[in-house]
Amino acid sequence: MRFAVVVFPGSNCDRDMYHAVKDVLGEEAELVWYENSNLADYDGILLPGGFSYGDYLRSGAVAATSDVMKQVKEHAAKGKPVLGVCNGFQVLTETGLLPGALMRNEKLSFMCHQEELIVENNQTMFTTGYTKGEVVRFPIAHGEGNYFCDAQTLADLQTNNQIVLTYRNNPNGSVADIAGIINKEGNVLGMMPHPERAVESLLGSDDGLTLFKSLVQNWRESHYVANA
Amino acid sequence: MLQTHKISPEQIEREKLYQDMGLSDQEFELIQKILGRLPNFTETGIFSVMWSEHCSYKTSKPLLKKFPTKAPHVLQGPGEGAGIIDIGDNQAVVFKIESHNHPSAVEPYQGAATGVGGIIRDVFSMGARPIALMNSLRFGNLTTDRVKYLFSEVVNGIAGYGNCVGVPTVGGEVQFDDSYEDNPLVNAMCIGLINHDEIQKGIAAGIGNTVLYAGAPTGRDGIHGATFASDDLAEDSDKDRPAVQVGDPFMEKLLIEACLEVIHSDALVGMQDMGAAGLTSSASEMASKAGTGMEMNLDLVPQREQNMNAYELMLSESQERMLMVVKKGREQEIIDVFEKYGLQAVAVGHVVEEKVFRITQHGEVQAEIPVDALAEEAPVYHMPSAEAHYYKEFQAMETEVPTVENHAEMLKQLLQQPTIASKEWVYDQYDSMVQTNTVVTPGSDAAVVRIKGVDKALAITTDCNSRYIYLDPEAGGKIAVAEAARNIVCSGARPLGLTDGLNFGNPTNPEVFWQMEKSVEGMSKACSELGTPVISGNVSLYNQSKGKAIFPTPIVGMVGLHESLAHITPSFFQVAGDLIYVIGEAKEEFGGSELQNVLEGTYSGKAPAIDLQVEARRQMKLLEAIQQGMVESAHDLAEGGLAVALAESVFNVLGLGIDVELDGDLTVQLFSETQSRFLVSVKPENKERFESVMIDAVQIGVVTADEQMVVHSNGHQIIRENVENLRELWKGAIPCLLK
Repeated sequence: MRFAVVVFPGSNCDRDMYHAVKDVLGEEAELVWYENSNLADYDGILLPGGFSYGDYLRSGAVAATSDVMKQVKEHAAKGKPVLGVCNGFQVLTETGLLPGALMRNEKLSFMCHQEELIVENNQTMFTTGYTKGEVVRFPIAHGEGNYFCDAQTLADLQTNNQIVLTYRNNPNGSVADIAGIINKEGNVLGMMPHPERAVESLLGSDDGLTLFKSLVQNWRESHYVANA
Repeated sequence: MLQTHKISPEQIEREKLYQDMGLSDQEFELIQKILGRLPNFTETGIFSVMWSEHCSYKTSKPLLKKFPTKAPHVLQGPGEGAGIIDIGDNQAVVFKIESHNHPSAVEPYQGAATGVGGIIRDVFSMGARPIALMNSLRFGNLTTDRVKYLFSEVVNGIAGYGNCVGVPTVGGEVQFDDSYEDNPLVNAMCIGLINHDEIQKGIAAGIGNTVLYAGAPTGRDGIHGATFASDDLAEDSDKDRPAVQVGDPFMEKLLIEACLEVIHSDALVGMQDMGAAGLTSSASEMASKAGTGMEMNLDLVPQREQNMNAYELMLSESQERMLMVVKKGREQEIIDVFEKYGLQAVAVGHVVEEKVFRITQHGEVQAEIPVDALAEEAPVYHMPSAEAHYYKEFQAMETEVPTVENHAEMLKQLLQQPTIASKEWVYDQYDSMVQTNTVVTPGSDAAVVRIKGVDKALAITTDCNSRYIYLDPEAGGKIAVAEAARNIVCSGARPLGLTDGLNFGNPTNPEVFWQMEKSVEGMSKACSELGTPVISGNVSLYNQSKGKAIFPTPIVGMVGLHESLAHITPSFFQVAGDLIYVIGEAKEEFGGSELQNVLEGTYSGKAPAIDLQVEARRQMKLLEAIQQGMVESAHDLAEGGLAVALAESVFNVLGLGIDVELDGDLTVQLFSETQSRFLVSVKPENKERFESVMIDAVQIGVVTADEQMVVHSNGHQIIRENVENLRELWKGAIPCLLK
């Protein structure tokens, strides 16, 4: 499977994401600078964490207006997988690919540590390797991870089973303990916790590896069927 | 200040305006001698910043010479942006510590943030990718709103900058003492990784080559920052706020990527960041190091504000700026890289043969100074030194064992002392994991960062117990280095070298100079004995206000190498059933201890003694035992002694407890701060092997699974405390003090 890791000015988890899919997972991956890029040849798009455009205006807001995000939308419209982590999640909500918004943490300060997450939906292309209700450990590292949406949107998310991951001990004030959500079509996942930081037990957790492996396996199976 | 060009050289001399810039009468005379005429206003400003303590080290230079700086593995010692140590496989580690004390006292958020930004630039200007940040912070006790504000905002500033720029803050230390109430210390350390063939130097070589200015435009911020940092902090120092720079970590992130891309171009000749004294120091130092001169046209310098004069442009300390020397005719290749990142890079001058620093603006020469006069020929002062008035009295004091009625209650009290209490409130705000290399996160003796692609890791620590140094600067200086090395060894690494962040009061006070002199002597002896050369550093003097100096605080930032990832050792107990050992005996040593602080609220007496040969031997043996796989955890005994170290060892893994038996005076056994001691856990099956290697290790107990901390002595139970309760006290102390 061939991944593009989109690099915006100020992205800083781009190399970590690249390392996770390329070196640890052993898949093809490239760092793709946001300008003059062509995403057509990639199977999966990864929007990494960081501070794109210094979080100026609003986190993710400037990156959301970039030309490369138009391509990401087209990619998503074809049903191809898109994963946005941390700042990548913020870019996805700013772009409208995912509903809701990420506000400043309830306690206002940045926080970075391992968090326990609950896999609420293991029927997505990103999570089939987990069991439903499984508790996994991923690091969080954000100042604006407090997920918010209105009551109607939350009801829709719940009805459509779009809440993929929740916090066991909500660290940031997110509505309904939401840590990660997926679009209705099931191919665009946004999450604040960092799966790419949880792919080697040496660094404290390898629970994130299952997420990437699920994606690759599901892509291979669907690709095989499509070509058969 | 805006009409400065109208001030004539004669007026500067007549009205002694140079004194306002920090130059003495003698220094002004020396400048006249060098120039053969009176300096104009811009030139006076240039000399004043280059000859400030911050840039010239004019009073500390004679002391710095005492540090051992050479070893076969040192690729670059002091003198460049940062020092470099070989770690094999064509790789090297680059590091340096720097202070931002004065700015942080006035404007804590930006002061701390730009301190981080500056030290990162020192590292990537060498061509290295910054892979980790550390810091060492000192504040007054958390009893006043002002101190709480300084503490919170400094932490916020470090987080704000470091998190955005994508370099993990992997550890550090924070201590609290009244002497820092008005003078907080903010020292930031950056560690970078580089391949040998990518090492850059800040040199302006090649006559005719082009000088490129890259990064943020120059504004009016930070003018005379270096001079401000070279004087006592005045009570009205709020007015100095314009001398504090404002940082933009987003710009810095772009600058890192652009600079690390251009180092691969052979069009680049030299690169240096514009730190203290901005354009002035970077340009003159680059020329001086290359034995060349430089001509610069200030009309070409990107400017953020209108009508900036030469004085302002040369002295501005606007952040996120780099100066590069590029081969003539190949400027565009470099400019293109910067443009990709949305950054400006413009030609502002060229290298000349004549060893002169010539600045023009509006078609007129604004300054013309021999380059070596600025960078090399700053006056050097041998300051008078006098033994501190308290020293003899403290040395003569009888050693007394303090009376502790209830050892369990004292342990609880110690765990809540802010210097000992958990710093989670601090480090949770730092992104400690970005770059996915952090194996040991903040909160241990040393942070550990693996190197991708090889079976190696780096251990990093910052340390300095200034209380001991106040009592006895020489012994305290030795201890500072030894303790840093202890932290590195406990993590399973071999100490490689260190960077020093020397923070003292006003050196014109002979007693302060004596503290500097003696502590540097002590540190130098320890460096020699432990094989850890000093490869870079920073001096921050004049840390005093209202005539009161800080405790002498020469911070040690040390880096060590794990020769295999298998050697990485945690600082806390792992599983029930492991045997607990203490290495080294407790003596009646309480001078400068946390116990003394709790009981007396002040420090007196002798600092703990240290025998460097014993220290070196124990460290070597412990490292050997770790490398042979016999050690499950290792922690050094420091503030609060064995009792605190034991408690800290069961705070990380849920459910563990300890059961130990101690002989002798319990106050000494539990709370003495005798040096060169370690707390180690070992699997029962390794007992004999371990004891044969560590001959001075004594087994005192076992790790249990009952979540109780139990201490027995002579058949009596002295302490029995629920670990969860202790942990809550330790964790909650700082958040509680900040409320």
